[in-house]
Amino acid sequence: MATIELINISKKYKDETIIADLNLTIKDGSFTVLVGPSGCGKSTTLRMIAGLEQITGGEIRIDGKRVNETAPGHRDVAMVFQNYALYPTMTVRGNIEFGLKNRGIAKRERDTLVADIAEIVGLAPLLDRKPQQLSGGQRQRVALARAMVKKPKVFILDEPLSNLDAKLRNQMRTELIQLHKRLGTTFVYVTHDQVEAMSMGDEIVVMNKGLIQQADSPMNLYYDPANLFTAQFIGTPAMNVLDTRDVSGLMLQSESTVSHIGFRPERAQIEAGQQLDGFRISGEVMTRESLGAENIYQIKAASGVFFVKTFLEPLYEAPALSVVVPYEQLYCFGPDGKRLAGVKVQERQLAMAGGV
Amino acid sequence: MKATKSGLLVETGDAALTRGMEGSRGNRISLIRAGRAALRVLNWLCMLLLVLVFALPFGWMISTSLKTMPETMIFPPEWIPKQPVWQNYADAWNTGPFLRYFMNSVIIAIGILICQALTIIPAAYAFARYQFIGSKLLFSVVMVTLMIPAQLIFLPVYLELSALKLLNTHLGLILPFASSAFGIFLLRQGFMQVPEELIEAARLDQAKEWKIIAKLMVPMVKPVLITFALFSFIAHWNDYFWPLVMTTNETARTLPLGIAKIREVEGVATWNTLMAGNLILVAPILVVFFFSQRHIIRAFVYSGVK
Repeated sequence: MATIELINISKKYKDETIIADLNLTIKDGSFTVLVGPSGCGKSTTLRMIAGLEQITGGEIRIDGKRVNETAPGHRDVAMVFQNYALYPTMTVRGNIEFGLKNRGIAKRERDTLVADIAEIVGLAPLLDRKPQQLSGGQRQRVALARAMVKKPKVFILDEPLSNLDAKLRNQMRTELIQLHKRLGTTFVYVTHDQVEAMSMGDEIVVMNKGLIQQADSPMNLYYDPANLFTAQFIGTPAMNVLDTRDVSGLMLQSESTVSHIGFRPERAQIEAGQQLDGFRISGEVMTRESLGAENIYQIKAASGVFFVKTFLEPLYEAPALSVVVPYEQLYCFGPDGKRLAGVKVQERQLAMAGGV
Repeated sequence: MKATKSGLLVETGDAALTRGMEGSRGNRISLIRAGRAALRVLNWLCMLLLVLVFALPFGWMISTSLKTMPETMIFPPEWIPKQPVWQNYADAWNTGPFLRYFMNSVIIAIGILICQALTIIPAAYAFARYQFIGSKLLFSVVMVTLMIPAQLIFLPVYLELSALKLLNTHLGLILPFASSAFGIFLLRQGFMQVPEELIEAARLDQAKEWKIIAKLMVPMVKPVLITFALFSFIAHWNDYFWPLVMTTNETARTLPLGIAKIREVEGVATWNTLMAGNLILVAPILVVFFFSQRHIIRAFVYSGVK
C-alpha cells in the first residue's frame, strides 16, 4: 500500500518533450487509470513510476520515499505488461517464482507462496507448463500471478487486456476489479479505452499530449468535464460539440466568450409530436444504428453533425428529425477549450434578436 | 474458376456438355497429379544425387579403412573388402602417441569453447542491448576481424606466443581463439530478437544483469548457441594449420597432425591406415552432430544463416 507522488515530472527524448511538467498524486489503495489517445504520455508516465524509464526532471515518491535513483526491482512495484512478457523458457512455476528467487526467499516458502497464488488465479494444474502451451487468458493469469506473488506496494498494469478477445476482456475486467478489492493495493492502470477506464477506475487521469486534462472520479468526468478534450473523450458516442457561431436561437449570458457548446447524445430527446422545452436543433438523419435497447442517430444540421442516443424507444424512420436538449444539459466552453461555469442559457427572444 | 464454370453448366441442364467438361476436368486433374508425382520423383533424384556427392567419399573412406594394402590398389576398385581388416585402426592408433593427440584435441577444442562462451556471450549481449559511446565503431572493428585470414597474422602471433613461452602448450593453442567475431555476430542477432519487455520484466523481478543473461537470454538463444558451439568445435577439432605452426614437439599436437604423419610411414602412402586414422578423427564429430542435429536445423532457420 502506498501513495505515489509525481512532482514536476518531465521527460525528454533527445529534443522531443514527451512530458513537460506533470504533477499527480495517486492515492493509497486507489485504482487509478491513466487514459488518453496513443502518444499522450500515459505509458511513459507508467514506465517512469516503474523505473523502466529515466525521468529528465522532477521527483517521484512512492510511500513518501524519493525513488528517482532506485532500480526498478527495488521500488516494490510489480508490473503486468501488454503482451505479458512471460519468460518463454521457464515453466509457469518458474515464471512466478523468478522474482522470489532473486529476492533470496527460501525454497519451502517459495513453494507455499506459488501454490497459494496458483490457487487464487486458478493456475494450479498448469504450473509445469510452458507459456507457449497456454491460452491468452491463462497467460494473462500467469502475468498477474507473477506480479501478485511479490506482494508489491504498487501494481502497474500497461494495457493488460488489449490482447484478449471481447468476452474474455469483460471477464478479466471484473476479475481485476475484484482482485483490487481483495488486495487493497494501489493499482495504476493504463489504457486507451475510455470504457475500460470508466468501468474499472475509481480515479481516472485523462491525458493528452503529455498534459493531464483532468484527474477525477468517473462520475465527475462524465457529469462535470473540465474541458473540451475530456468532454469529447469520455462517453460513447462522444459529447456533441457545436461552434456557437453556427448556432442560432440561443442566448448565452457569460462574463467570458463562449466559443463552443456541447451536449451528450443521450441527453437529447427526439421531438415526436410533443412540445419539449430546451435547445431545439433539427436536421437530416444520416445514419441509424440500432443496438436493440439503444438507438444511435447521426444527424446533419446547419450547425454541424451530431449524434443522438435513445434508450428503449422505437426507431424513428423519418428522414429528418428535430431534437431538443434541456438547457441545463448544455455545456459551455471558452475559446481555450476550458469549461465555463455559470453561463446562463435561454431561448433567444425573436423580437429582441431581430428575427434570427 | 473451373469449378464454378462446370457448376453453372449443370444448372443450365446441358448434360452432355457438362459430362464433356467433367471429363476434360478429370483428365486435367490426373495430368496435374502425374506432374506432381514426376516432380516429387525428380526432387528425390536430386536429393539422392546430393547425398551421393557427400556420402560417396565417406563410404570410400570407410571401405578403404578396412582393406589390406594391396586391395587399395586394385583396379577397378572393390567397394566391399573381402575380409575387413580391423587391424588398420590399431595400426593407425599405434603410429604415434595417439592417445596424447586425442587428449590434446579434446582439451584444446573444449578449452576454446569454454573461453569463447565466456567472452562472446557478454559481448554479444552488450552489443545487442546497450547503447554506449563507440558501440557501433567497436562492433565494426569486431566484424572486420572476420575478414582477416589466419595465414596473415600467424607470424606475429607465433612471435608473441614464443615471447610468452606459450609455444607447445595447450594455452598457446587456445588463447588465439578465446573469442570469435562470428560468434559475437551470430549471438548478437539472436539477443536482438528477444523482446525488450522480457528484460524489463526480469529487472522488475530484481534480477541482476548476469542473471538476466544466464537465466533468460542464453536459454532463449540456445539453438544459436549450440550451432555456434558445433561450428567452433568442428573447426578447431579439424584445424591443421594452426597447431602445425604453433607446435614444435608432441606435447600439444592434435589429432589432425598425428594423422598427417601416418602418410609418411615407410615412405609409402598407406591409404588403409590413413583412412582408419581419419575415421578415428571424424568419429567424435559424427557423434556430436548426431545428438544436436535438431538444434542445428532450427538455428539455421532462426538466424537466417545459410
